[in-house]
Amino acid sequence: MSHPRKSRTGEKFIETALLACGMLSILTTVGIIGVLLFETIGFFKEVSIIEFFTDTQWTPLFVKKHFGVLPLVAGTALTSAIAILVAGPLGILTAIFLSEYAPVRLRQILKPILEILAGVPTIVYGYFALLFVTPLLQKLIPGLGGFNALSPGIVMGIMIIPLVSSLSEDAMYAVPRGLREAAYALGSSRLQTAWQVVVPAAFSGITASFVIAISRAIGETMLVAIAAGQMPNLTFNPLVPIETMTTYIVQISLGDTPTGTLEFRTIFAVGMVLFLSTFALNLIGDFMRQRFREQYE
Amino acid sequence: MISTAHTRKLLRRQKLGDGLFQVVAVVGVVIALATLGALIADALVDGVPRIDWKFLTSFPSRKPAEAGIFSALVGSVYLITLTAVVAVPIGIAAAVYLEEYTNQSSRLSRIIEVNVANLAGVPSIIYGLLGLELFVRAMRLERSLLAGALTLALLVLPIVIIASREAIRAVPSTIREAAYALGATQWQTTKDHVLPLAFPGILTGIILAVSRAIGETAPLITIGALTYVAFVPDGVLSPFTALPIQIFNWVSRPQHGFHINAAAGIVVLLLVTLLLNALAIFLRNRYQKQYQ
Repeated sequence: MSHPRKSRTGEKFIETALLACGMLSILTTVGIIGVLLFETIGFFKEVSIIEFFTDTQWTPLFVKKHFGVLPLVAGTALTSAIAILVAGPLGILTAIFLSEYAPVRLRQILKPILEILAGVPTIVYGYFALLFVTPLLQKLIPGLGGFNALSPGIVMGIMIIPLVSSLSEDAMYAVPRGLREAAYALGSSRLQTAWQVVVPAAFSGITASFVIAISRAIGETMLVAIAAGQMPNLTFNPLVPIETMTTYIVQISLGDTPTGTLEFRTIFAVGMVLFLSTFALNLIGDFMRQRFREQYE
Repeated sequence: MISTAHTRKLLRRQKLGDGLFQVVAVVGVVIALATLGALIADALVDGVPRIDWKFLTSFPSRKPAEAGIFSALVGSVYLITLTAVVAVPIGIAAAVYLEEYTNQSSRLSRIIEVNVANLAGVPSIIYGLLGLELFVRAMRLERSLLAGALTLALLVLPIVIIASREAIRAVPSTIREAAYALGATQWQTTKDHVLPLAFPGILTGIILAVSRAIGETAPLITIGALTYVAFVPDGVLSPFTALPIQIFNWVSRPQHGFHINAAAGIVVLLLVTLLLNALAIFLRNRYQKQYQ
């Protein structure tokens, strides 16, 4: 206080330091894109981009190498599709129940429980899928392999229910009371109000929750690495072992592939596909969420 | 005109539909919660009998009955402490800059904001690839604790920034105006008034970030953390393992004994993360009530 000039230089220094910390987040993004680009370009110098996207076999570690990413993409799409088939209906149901039906007290109990469960590490879900759900499913479906897409898909669906339900509920919560009251005044039941007024009004927000949940499912790693197998398999059969993009990266990281080789670069090319698909989905999801916000505020 | 009988029929049908839906919705919620309950129960039943002092203080072993989680536990504690030491100050500083030092609508602050939101959605394994190239290879930190902690720090940074921003934003502007009116500089106002008031909210973010970092497995595997470590790290450049990696290693083995070990490790991991999450949610709810 007694040295205003000193204080002013101090202020300037602090502001610069704070700005540097803010810029670090931008540097992280630049770093991610830079690293992926650098290694992916190196990869495509040796492997043709056409082969990468059209070859139907992924065998980079075999003597006869094939670099077709499609089996990994199919594996990822399969587990994610199963997950969203489970999480979509259950998540919306939970959201409608919480936002339109549940008494305040029940809501106050259920919401934090869902939030806490969203914090369960994914490796725990992996253990559960491999050693609890798969044996259970094997009793129902004879011939189901110990590794398959179905079990981790279902468990992943349950894992992302809190994500779908909380984002959808936010969207439903943002629907003005007036719309509901108008529906009730016209003699609608709660169910009719929920399905015919609230859900359509919150539609873009609900869709956004789906998109973001799918993006999350695509990037999920440990669950599928543990329970889905490590077999690049161009199939949509949920009963056989497959391999997702994320699992492949884990598989190579655990092995002894020397850094700097073509085999090593594959994980960055796969990582690039993974990054771009989740990035695009997140952008679409955010855009949709912004839209429903603007409508009512 | 609609007859009374018709109206009554309509009302009955509405009520029936309402009741049915409520049943379906409750069943849906119950299925979700029951599965999650089964998950925890499954781990508890398999794991709890295995947990004893010896399990917590033994190194991993080829014999499942003699293996323990000591090196993993110590590795996780070091790793998370180091992660928090890096991520917390940087995250809070970034939040302070965005909330207190820039014009909210300025281009830079909008870019940073969108960027932070996007980073929060990047799959964790991608951070692993970044860490592998940047920290392990370019900075030559090898597969060390420091490389792991820096990778995790980048991963949880968005969580700290987003939570801190919300907490700082919730501080009433009258507090700042009062401080300025008394001649405080911007930094004095921030550090003596805004940050202390925002502390509970920031703490919630820190706890959530720590809880997330404890359970993260994929980025650590990607940077090459070891799965079999029979020693305790002796510095930040030492190789390490962490609890979720040890669990992964045990789950991946075929022997039943190792699966039991994995379950026991999961119980320890769940205990820590669920307690932290519950604490964060409790703090946040209490803090929200204070302001309303």
